[in-house]
Order: sequence, then C-alpha cells, then structure tokens
Amino acid sequence: MYVNPKISLWLLPLLLILLSLGCQRSKAGITVAGSTSVEPFSELLAEEYMSQHAGSHIYVQGGGSTAGIEAATTGAANIGMSSRYLIDSENRLHAVMIAKDAIAVIVNPKNPIGDLFLGQIRNIFSGKIKNWKEVGGALHPIVLVTREEGSGTRESFQKFVMEKADISLEALVQDSNGAVRQVVSSDPSAIGYISLGLVNEEVKAIRISGVEPTVANIDNGQYKLVRPFLFVFKDQPTGEAKAFLDFVLSPPAQKLLSKEGLVPVLPKVGQE
Amino acid sequence: MELKEKIIEKILLLIALSSITVLTLITFFIFEEGLPLILKIGPKAFFLGGKWIPSKGLFGIFPMIVSSFWVTFGALLLGIPLGLSCTIFLCEWTPSSLATLLRPALQLLAAIPSVIYGFWGLIVLVPLIRNYLGGPGLSILTGSLVLSFMILPTVITISEDSLKALPPSYKAGSLALGATHWQTIWRVLIPAARSGIVASIILGMGRAIGETMAMIMILGNAVKMPTSFLDSARTLTTNIGIEMGYATGDHRQALFATGIVLFFIIMALNTLAISLSRRRVR
Amino acid sequence: MTQSIAKFIIWMAALSTIAVMVLILFQILKEGLPVLHLRFFLDSPKDMGREGGILSTIVGTMALTAVAILFGAPLGVGTAILLKEYTREGRTSFIIRFGTDCLAGIPSIIFGLFGFVFFVIYLNFGWSILSGGLTLAAMILPTVISTTEEAIKTIPHSYREVSYSLGGTKWQTVTRVVLPNALPGILTGILLSIGRSIGETAAIILTAGSSLVMPTSLFSPIRTMSVHFYILAREGISMKMAYGAGAALVLFVLLINMIAQWLINRYIRHRT
Repeated sequence: MYVNPKISLWLLPLLLILLSLGCQRSKAGITVAGSTSVEPFSELLAEEYMSQHAGSHIYVQGGGSTAGIEAATTGAANIGMSSRYLIDSENRLHAVMIAKDAIAVIVNPKNPIGDLFLGQIRNIFSGKIKNWKEVGGALHPIVLVTREEGSGTRESFQKFVMEKADISLEALVQDSNGAVRQVVSSDPSAIGYISLGLVNEEVKAIRISGVEPTVANIDNGQYKLVRPFLFVFKDQPTGEAKAFLDFVLSPPAQKLLSKEGLVPVLPKVGQE
Repeated sequence: MELKEKIIEKILLLIALSSITVLTLITFFIFEEGLPLILKIGPKAFFLGGKWIPSKGLFGIFPMIVSSFWVTFGALLLGIPLGLSCTIFLCEWTPSSLATLLRPALQLLAAIPSVIYGFWGLIVLVPLIRNYLGGPGLSILTGSLVLSFMILPTVITISEDSLKALPPSYKAGSLALGATHWQTIWRVLIPAARSGIVASIILGMGRAIGETMAMIMILGNAVKMPTSFLDSARTLTTNIGIEMGYATGDHRQALFATGIVLFFIIMALNTLAISLSRRRVR
Repeated sequence: MTQSIAKFIIWMAALSTIAVMVLILFQILKEGLPVLHLRFFLDSPKDMGREGGILSTIVGTMALTAVAILFGAPLGVGTAILLKEYTREGRTSFIIRFGTDCLAGIPSIIFGLFGFVFFVIYLNFGWSILSGGLTLAAMILPTVISTTEEAIKTIPHSYREVSYSLGGTKWQTVTRVVLPNALPGILTGILLSIGRSIGETAAIILTAGSSLVMPTSLFSPIRTMSVHFYILAREGISMKMAYGAGAALVLFVLLINMIAQWLINRYIRHRT
C-alpha cells in the first residue's frame, strides 16, 4: 500500500493545530512580564524558585515597564514588572516593591572625571555642555549614550536628572543596560547611565555632588537617583503568583538580590 | 478518478494561493496598525518631520529615511565593485586555487546569521573606526562596511547567473576579433548581462535596507539627521527593532507606520528588480 | 596594461572577501570553541545565563524550526507542484509568482511586526513556539517554492511520459515519479530554510518571546540560540557564555549548510 506522502504531510500540521488548540494554554505556571531592568533579576529569582518547587513554571518576559503594567491589567501576564512608580491612571493596580535600584551615571575608567553636579549632568545630556574640557576633563567631545524611549531606566533618568530638559538627539541609543555599559567601557569619551546593579570594573560610576552611589547612601537617602522595582498585580495575588511573591520577599531571596547589587526591601538583609 | 484529480487540483490551487494570502495578510495588518497614526498626525508631519520624540508625540521619520539611504548607498558603494569583481573572478578565472576557496567562502558568508555580523562589527570594526577615523565608531560607515559583505552573496549569485546565461558566441566572437580577455569582459559581457546585474544590485539594495539586527548593534541609533559617514544614525528598520519591545499606543502605531514606509520602499525595489530580471529571460 | 590592473583589483576583491569571512569565523570560534563542551549542550542556562549551557535554547530552536517546516514545506511544495505541473504560464501563475517574489523580499522585521500583531495578539497565541514557527513558515515559503520548482524542472519529461503511457493519472505521476526524483532538490531547499530559520532573530524576538525555561507546550515562549546569543552579547551578562552561544550557533548553521551543499553536489552528479 503506497501511502501518499503529500497527504500525510498535509495532515500533520492539521493534527498539530487540533492538538494545540486542545491543550490551549495548558502551560501551567505564571507569566512575569515587563521592565527589562527587572527582568534578569526576576529570571534569577524564578530559577531559584523553580529549583525549590519542582513542577512549577515561571515564564519571564521583557517588554518594558509600561508594557508590563498593561499586561498585568489585561491579564496577559500574572505579574507585571516595573522599574518606575505607578502613575495616577494605573493606581487601581496592586503594586509591591521587591527591591530598590539606583541609577548610576557611568564614564570610562580612563576618564579622570569622578564627580559631577546634577546640573552639570543635565547640561551634558541635553547637549549644552559638549566637551569634557568644560567640566574639567580632557579636550574631547562628549559622546552621550542613552537608553531607548519607553525604557523605564530612561524614564527614571529623565525624571530625576533631566526634569524639564530633553536628552539630546545626538545621543547614541542602546537597547539594554549591558549595551550602554559596553559602549561606555570601550569609548574613553563616553558617558551614560545604567542600573547600579550592573556596574562592574569595566566602567566607573561617578559621584553626584560628592555622593558615591553605594547601597549605604541609598539607604540613608543621600543618593537620590533611586527607583523602585515593583511587582504589579491586577488584584491581590493568589495561588502561584502569591507563592512566588512571598518567596521574592523572603530573606533568602532578598539576600540574592542584594548580592546582585540591588537594595533589598528587608532592611537587615543588606548589611551582611 | 477524474473527480479525484479535479479535487486534488483545486486543493493544490488553494495551497498555491498561500503565498499571496500571506502577503495580503501582512499588508493588511501592517496598514491596519500603522495607517491611523499617519492620518492622525498628518503625512507631512510623519514623513517630513525631523524629530522623533515619542514621549512628546513627535513622530517625524525623515532622519530615518535619510539614514536608511545613506547606509544603503555606502553599502552599494563598496558592495558593487566587490560583488562585480568576485563575479567576474568566478566566471572568468575558474578554476584556480583561489576560486575553489571563494565559492565556499561566499556560501558561508551567506549563511552567517546577521547577529554574528553585528557582533563582529561591534567588537572589531567599531573600535578601529573610532581610533583611526574618529567619531563614536558606531556609525554609518561601520554599518555600510558590514552590510556590503552581507549583500555580497545576493549580488554575486544573480550576477553570475546573468553572465553564465550569455551565449558563448559573445565571448568567442569578441576574442576572435582580437580583444583582450579583460576588454571582452568589460566591454562585451558585462554590458550584455546588464539587466541581470542591475537586478542583482537592486535586490542587494533591498536586502540592505531591510537589515535590522546587525544595524542595531553597530549604527549607534542616534535619532538625528546624519551629516557625515562617521555620524551615528538610525534606519527605518532599527527604529522599529529598538523600540518595538517597549512601545504602546500611539508609539506602537508609529512603529507600524514606519513599517509601512519600509514595506513600500522594498516593494518598489523588488518589483523593479523582478521586471528587470524577467525581461532578460525571454 | 588595463588588463593587469583589472586582474589585480579583482584578485584583491576575491581575497578580501575570503579574508573577511575567515576573520569573522575566527573571532567567534577562537573565543567560543573553548566554551563548548558536552555539558554546555546538555544543561539549560542558569544564573541569568552566566552558568550552565544552552539546552533550552537548542530545544526551542528545534521546536520552532520543526513548526516552520511542518507548515512551510507542504505549502511550498504544493505551490511548486501546481506551478510546474498543473498550470501553464498564465494569469494564475503570474499572480502566484508575484506573491512569492514579493514575499521573498520582505525584511524579517516586517514579518516580526506581522507575526506579533496577527499570531500573538489577534489569534491570541501569545508569545509562543506556535507564533514564532508560523511566522517563520511564512518567511521560508518563497525559498521552498523556488528550490522545489528548480528541482521539478530538471526532471526529464520522458519520466512523466512513461508514467502516463502506463495509465497513470497526473497526481499519481506527480507523487510516484516526479516528487521522489525531485526529493534531493526539495530536501536541499528545506535544509537551506532550516539554516535560515536558525539564524533568524528579529522576527523571533517579537513572536516567540525570550523565556529561558524549557518549553512545555506549543504555547510556551522560548528563546532560540540566535536570540540567546543576541541577548547575552547585548546585556553583557557573560561574554564568555555569549561567545559560546555564538560559536554553537555558527557551528549549527555551518553544519546545516554543509549538508545542504553535499546534497546539492550529490544530486547534480546523480542527475548528469
């Protein structure tokens, strides 16, 4: 019996569709979506959680703070991640802070500048100050690096540093903290901003008005470029989502976050 | 039996319409998402606007259109001579030890994913350009350089086909008349294969305009009108690629609208290339 | 004289092309090969991708490619059969060819936008293997169609005539004479499509998501090898792992292409 290969090839996809529709959304588990700044930490926490709770599935997705909040609202995600506070129109949602993160302004390690006033930083990023000489550095044009529009990190930077001014259109735009760090680490005349937790020996975080960006200074409120990492829920969390939240707020998880450079919300954890 | 054959033919016809169906779906959805935004802020503000600041509701894509063409133009500037040279090499100077290396090299170049190209450009080319030519290194020049190699396989394959399709009498006749090998190539064969070569260039152009991932990594993505090849820039594709993950509402629609522009440009280029290459296949 | 100058330029061009290819491969493989050991392929990414391997991305890539082939191959082969066996050059074939040629030129980011708005949102498949695979199927369609057409074209008409003279119907001729003989060519086209799918990134990010977790159903989001490489390289989480993922990616793609080339050579030798 010669089974016609063409027909069977065609039936296969049909079967697949039927099968998949049959197990619609049978992916048990929860989706956590939103800010790409929070994303790697959520992934870390999810990994830890899943190793302790066999059979659970936590899918972490990027998309940005606004998209994450929207996903939580529509139910597309169980938990939305945000790296900024909720705005008025989003206030019906239930937000829980899981950590605090600071934004560090970074320069290349070869750059002699280690301290800038907030106003200077604002003028640099708006393009008013174009040369390092103007702030006491070498004679070289400043290369600006910023995040893309829609990024929670950029929004926080805009809010805390730029205020009413716009970031110059001349700035290089990179789509992740790591990419910003990469550019600044290889270009001696570059300046950018990234999550404090991602600062490493490849770049130098500068002091703002004499205040060093450290966890201690964030805690005592001296370093002001701080933003919240939030888990956003449509209503009070239940089931797996609640279990994950409880885990994230527990001392072992908070210690994990602290090790990664975030400021934990449980006060005692950070001092180990 | 007859009926079964007829049914099969009808089913096959339906299957064959899949490509046109997909094309229609793509066109429909891209337009459905993007057109409202263009109408909302007005075509002039969109196509000719010089500022792209979504947070302020400014969606001017003119700098992006210009940048796309700059990068592509640069890629063609390097890619056409390179491509033609390699084609001539493959057609006229085989077999030689280098030719046996060139063919697999081209196949590999065609197979390498664009993210690898971008990564290489970022690690190797960007510092070189920054240190020796100035500027931030993440620039149109870097983009053009990498793109020219990415479109090489396209240009070469189709040009080679055109050259090979020429009647052998062209070459034999020219040589018989006393022309040198090079004169034959340059003055007889290439002009004769002209439409195929131009088609390959246009297809290469389409490929270049459509490249996204590698460009995001090495262009710098500054939202400004470029004034030099060493400037950072943002093309239509990278504009979509870099902000799509985050965009909502008007911003997202604006990105789809950018997609519409891209779509039109590519369609125009493709139709041109197709008509050119079909003309020679008579 | 011009001949020698021209010859020199052309040789330089050929040399530089080979040189660039060698440079690119050398860069990735030099740093990446040391990272590749058996565990790398058998472990999933751990600790945000700093540790472990790339197993879940390999599985994701294979699943995505499988869906793409399952839908794209029958549609493509069917279209080619219709074009070459059932119709003459007329209005229908012109429309179909026009559709195919246009589809071939559309950049992957547009496919990504389409896949996102159609599969992820409109059909509510979400970020999933299904969404990504179906989008990929649309992308490989033109390739499968043209390679199948080429393969069918080379089958001597005498084969078909023999079949008809023995009383075979058109469909029987196609399935028992034409297709089996054209199989190597068709397989080559499918292999080339697989190679392309593996390297695809832009469209995948927008449709299949970027979850690191091993997928559990067709509706799970997954990260493919190329997306994983891109994210690792951009986030700067671990350059070592990035190079490893990149090397694995390149090796996979090279392998597929080599098999396809071998098939082409064998097929050509078989025919002549």
